[in-house]
Amino acid sequence: MAVVNMVQALNMALRQEMEKDPSVLVLGEDVGVNGGVFRVTEGLLERFGGERVMDTPLSECGIVGAAIGMAAFGFLPVAEIQFMGFIYGAFDQLASHASRLRARSRGRFSCPLVIRTPYGAGIKAIELHSESTEALFAHIPGLKVVVPSGPASAKGLLTSAIRDPDPVLFLEPARLYRMIKEEVPEGPYTIPIGRARMARKGRGLTIISWGSMLQKTMKAAEGFDADVIDLQSLSPWDEEAVMASVKKTGRAVIVQEAPRTCGFASEIAACLAEEAIAYLRAPVMRVAAYDVVMPLARLEDFYMPGIGTIRKTIEEALKY
Amino acid sequence: MAEKTIATFEVRRLEILDEEGNADKALMPSLTGDDIRGIYEKMLLSRAFDERALRLQREGRLGTYASIRGQEAAQAASAFAAEKSDWIFPSFRETGVQITVGYPIFMLFQYWSGDERGMKCPDDLSVFPICISVSTHLPHAVGAAIAMKLKKQKKAAIVYFGDGATSKGDFHEAFNMAGVFKAPVVFICQNNQWAISVPLSRQTAARTLAQKALAYGFPGIQVDGNDVFAVYRAASEALHKARDGEGPSFIECQTYRISDHTTADDSSRYRPAREVEYWRAKDPIKRLKTYMEKEGLLTEDYQRQLEEKNESALDEAFRKMEEIGPPPPSEMFARTFKEPTRREDIEMRSFVDGGG
Ligand SMILES: Cc1ncc(C[n+]2csc(CCOP(=O)(O)OP(=O)(O)O)c2C)c(N)n1
Ligand SMILES: [Mg+2]
Repeated sequence: MAVVNMVQALNMALRQEMEKDPSVLVLGEDVGVNGGVFRVTEGLLERFGGERVMDTPLSECGIVGAAIGMAAFGFLPVAEIQFMGFIYGAFDQLASHASRLRARSRGRFSCPLVIRTPYGAGIKAIELHSESTEALFAHIPGLKVVVPSGPASAKGLLTSAIRDPDPVLFLEPARLYRMIKEEVPEGPYTIPIGRARMARKGRGLTIISWGSMLQKTMKAAEGFDADVIDLQSLSPWDEEAVMASVKKTGRAVIVQEAPRTCGFASEIAACLAEEAIAYLRAPVMRVAAYDVVMPLARLEDFYMPGIGTIRKTIEEALKY
Repeated sequence: MAEKTIATFEVRRLEILDEEGNADKALMPSLTGDDIRGIYEKMLLSRAFDERALRLQREGRLGTYASIRGQEAAQAASAFAAEKSDWIFPSFRETGVQITVGYPIFMLFQYWSGDERGMKCPDDLSVFPICISVSTHLPHAVGAAIAMKLKKQKKAAIVYFGDGATSKGDFHEAFNMAGVFKAPVVFICQNNQWAISVPLSRQTAARTLAQKALAYGFPGIQVDGNDVFAVYRAASEALHKARDGEGPSFIECQTYRISDHTTADDSSRYRPAREVEYWRAKDPIKRLKTYMEKEGLLTEDYQRQLEEKNESALDEAFRKMEEIGPPPPSEMFARTFKEPTRREDIEMRSFVDGGG
């Protein structure tokens, strides 16, 4: 075991998979010489050389499009998009191609790539560096969406993502990169994509969250008799675990960092309405950001759902 | 049948003011002594702002900031060539452009402290909001230029971007549209040779960036970007052409980013100090100052007065920003749409009821 932060855990996963499998490649802006602006790819260029660790032109569409070509022709590219706010230039490639190549070629081709990108608020960055738009991507059939919430889940999930036969969007909560340190196994290991993690066990209430909000959710849940589920994967997501817990507790609070409307919490709430309504003792409640254009740094703290709001919502649910 | 050359192209580079401060009289644009002093003053103020912003950031009083050091000539001289009615489309490294056209300095402080109110361009200026997503604003400038043309206005759009921006599809799509519609737009690339840690050689295999315009059917020129007169001349000619209905132009200003990419970057990780020193010696302000001294346009007194004036203008602007204070949280709910939606109304009320 090593005690590491998320940046180091991700770096370990990349390094170990690159050691193990020569077809794993890393590409993106500033990932080589600079080791990535958050240093996730630090040291990889020195270790694996410029053919496997490629500093690319400033070209998100080019990066993802080329990664699709590499994936179709025998490699396992791990592309970095410097911030999630710059992924939209590559949206066409993800929505029209990466997610559909297997289906469109009726299985002749597949697209085993990983797109890693930091997302989320709380780092007081400039515009477009802080949004959480995971639901846009989870809506695309054929694209997996994975969101770790700490170093240990980051390493295991990234390893799974690299080994996965299909395209995976891997969202890294920027706020947590260096905030949490925890014990992480030294060697390679996987955490299955599509499986949630029971972060805490309780009886009176189920709280569901993922990625950047999990840490706040855990703090908010202190003192309550609650199951806290870390979803880990949004597409596919672990309906089984969520249903089992909610059927047991009869109450569900879903915590997301994104704006409320059409966020991923809406999907979970809809499934609860379809499958668990007879077990519910309280309305399903969502904690989310406001449906506004995300403010710049000085108002960021007002925008992001906070621990207080989560606690209030929990108390509200428990009133029923 | 024959195989023959059907098109040939050449790429020109313009240099007027050398490093010793001597100007080529034959190429010198028509600028009065007052004009030259005007540009110099803007360059000096831009540099002073830059130094102040870096200091305030280190003290934790401003957020992440992108320094313009070394690019003052490319910014001030090109913006000086613009008319008040021309619209400017800046990226995030255009503080010198904004200062040159008179953008209120306290609002620049607001912006870099993370307050969106600094993004609202005053009504008497023509500056579009700063673009953060690299290259995505180029098509806007083209569209604005087409709009000006449709309205038969004698105006132009000027759009600023970096060398890295030339690698994006938006750049190529904007260039192509501009060429096809003969849009009155001037594309100004500040080729500072780095895009964070990625050198120009990783952005393009082409010899110059200027030549990219040729493929889209309009002229591209490279200028010494640390030479105010070359930048001014190229920009002013391109703007006149645009306003006269002769279509778009591209100007590649070859310059250098002396500072780190932003205050969040450490450029010693990826580029040799020697390279920075080499370019530091080509300082655009020093070069113009030497010229002005030789021409009797600058005295020590004038220099000292300018420096003092700049410092107090910056003090004043920062004080004003602090006096205005942080944006009220209600700003967050303002202007997502013209009229708030029902959902936003509910959310705003719950925000207020919850004590903010
Ligand atoms: C579309 C997009 N991708 C990535 C980034 C992150 N980023 C910010 S500035 C920058 C480099 C820009 O280089 P260049 O265009 O040369 O402008 P410069 O910073 O040198 O002024 C990068 C990669 C971004 N802002 N937008
Ligand atoms: Mg650059």
